[in-house]
Amino acid sequence: MNDEEERRSAAARMFDVRRVIGGLFVVYGVIVTLVGAFDGSTAIDKAQGVRINLWAGLAMLAVGLLFLMWQWLSPAEAPEPAESDGDDVENEGGDASVR
Amino acid sequence: MDGGLRLDLNWLDYLLLTLYFVTVLGVGFAARRAIRTSVDFFLSGRSLPAWVTGLAFVSANLGALEIIGMAANGAQYGIMTTHYYWIGAVPAMVFLGIVMMPFYYGSKVRSVPEYLRLRFNRPTHLLNALSFAVAQVLIAGVNLYALALVLDALLGWPLWISIIVGAAIVLTYISIGGLTSAIYNEVLQFFVILAGLIPITVIGLVKVGGFDGLFDKVRNSDLGEAGLHAWANTGSSDNPLGAHWLGIVFGLGFVLSFGYWTTNFAEVQRALSARNMSAARRTPLIAAYPKLLIPLVTIIPGMIAVVTVQGLGADEGDLVYNNAIPLLMRDLLPNGVLGIAVTGLMASFMAGMAANVSGFNTVFTYDIWQTYVKRERDDDYYIKVGRLATVGGIVVGIGTAFIAAGFSNIMNYIQALFSVFNAPLFATFIVGMFWKRMTAAAGFWSLLSGTVVALATYLLYLGGALPFDTDLEESFWGAGLAFVTVLVAAFVTSRFTAPKPESELRGLVRGLGGIDLKGDVVAGDAAWYRSPLLLGGVALALSLLFYIPVW
Repeated sequence: MNDEEERRSAAARMFDVRRVIGGLFVVYGVIVTLVGAFDGSTAIDKAQGVRINLWAGLAMLAVGLLFLMWQWLSPAEAPEPAESDGDDVENEGGDASVR
Repeated sequence: MDGGLRLDLNWLDYLLLTLYFVTVLGVGFAARRAIRTSVDFFLSGRSLPAWVTGLAFVSANLGALEIIGMAANGAQYGIMTTHYYWIGAVPAMVFLGIVMMPFYYGSKVRSVPEYLRLRFNRPTHLLNALSFAVAQVLIAGVNLYALALVLDALLGWPLWISIIVGAAIVLTYISIGGLTSAIYNEVLQFFVILAGLIPITVIGLVKVGGFDGLFDKVRNSDLGEAGLHAWANTGSSDNPLGAHWLGIVFGLGFVLSFGYWTTNFAEVQRALSARNMSAARRTPLIAAYPKLLIPLVTIIPGMIAVVTVQGLGADEGDLVYNNAIPLLMRDLLPNGVLGIAVTGLMASFMAGMAANVSGFNTVFTYDIWQTYVKRERDDDYYIKVGRLATVGGIVVGIGTAFIAAGFSNIMNYIQALFSVFNAPLFATFIVGMFWKRMTAAAGFWSLLSGTVVALATYLLYLGGALPFDTDLEESFWGAGLAFVTVLVAAFVTSRFTAPKPESELRGLVRGLGGIDLKGDVVAGDAAWYRSPLLLGGVALALSLLFYIPVW
């Protein structure tokens, strides 16, 4: 693996869309869950008695973690140059190619 | 009732909104590092997996106009609105994936107009490239204007600030990161939009007592029992939508929907960026599944709004149907999820606009500039042109935002645009793809006459010469007439001109071979659950099944 490939591979990992979604949703999840944990009665009453911030926060946290886990379990490989004839056989998830 | 719609956002909601924009711009800058060639910029290097292009495909259509408009229709027409999804989208998406995508992806064209150049001739190509470019800029303007209206109502931001900020953000991430950036952001937007809409639906359902409570309340509202059925009473036009089943099946389900989903490059482009034939075919099929379920978070909130918001359905002011979703946000969401919902709404405006702009810059660069103005420059030159086209498209889009301001119902303006541009295009495609004797000249004259007929129908209706009851009825008829015109023109012209030799049509027309469906498969594509026929068949079956409880 030469320098160029290594750089591309690093860029591909950094830039995996699953990491972007996972990252944003984990941050959203943590913030909204915290807010939900301390919601006063006004907020709860407005939402018809549902602790919506808490639940939505936890749900977003779970979604975010799922995406990060997915990426961790089947990491992106560096995209190959266009003329590759498909020898990236081990790409089980079939979802990892990222540019 | 001044400020009636104003949401009470606090610092927390603005923090969530800011985080989103930082992420979006970050994606743009990160994508820049991956751009080496113009194919990287315009088609993401044809490297994306099917789930990414599939979600981008549905997201490109999930603009805020769609969300707000469908919630409004849900409030106004009830369950009949599901026709826009189950018959008005899914069959066309399945058709695109199974039947048409092999021609698009297999011929290695870079855009929809380019297919027309190969199948017919350069005049057909130029005509379509120009009309597509114009339509995209007009629609981008509509998105921008609608964004500004909503931000003005919800947050009290002045119109011009919203227009400039919205345009600047889309401009930045597309001109820097190209299609990859647009697609990644669309996938992200898809999830953020859902994260905003689901809490509205859940709390709304809690408020009205679940689905049973909702249906009971709708029964007792002005909408009545009719608002709970999709097909009942469509033997006449005595139903909320005022549509006969023939009109629903052929007008909406066939001409309008197939025209939009199968030939609109802003959609097809997402599939062309997939990494191989299998992924390209699965793109619209994967998109069909979320599309089947989206009514749950658009139409249902609309119906909740009509039974919980007193006086919804006014002709003007804050209580127009279009405000169904914003009103529910105001009434039901506490700070926190409120910030997510506002972010989702803004995200969806940008999704819509970004789809139009990235379609526009590709067609402008490849199909207009590279083909007719400056040929055979190096690739870097065309990336630069693409970036400049993005800037130009957005600036013109800002201008066209004010054309949109002249229409009372923005959704109808869009439908009118589609009936003028997409219906004749689809008809030309469908004949050209299936009938090898259709000649090059026939391609041009069919497309031109179809567009002229659709445009004339529309202008005559505007001028009062054609007495259609509603804008919607006009777009059904305009589309239908254009379709018939194309068929006639194609047949007549082909009789008097010579067809292209079959050797030139291989891979472009059905029945001549030349398409390799399996040549570029990667491991895993052969898995049974990735079969396009199976995915498409299940999607169609589900859309039928979903109709049963709301027959």
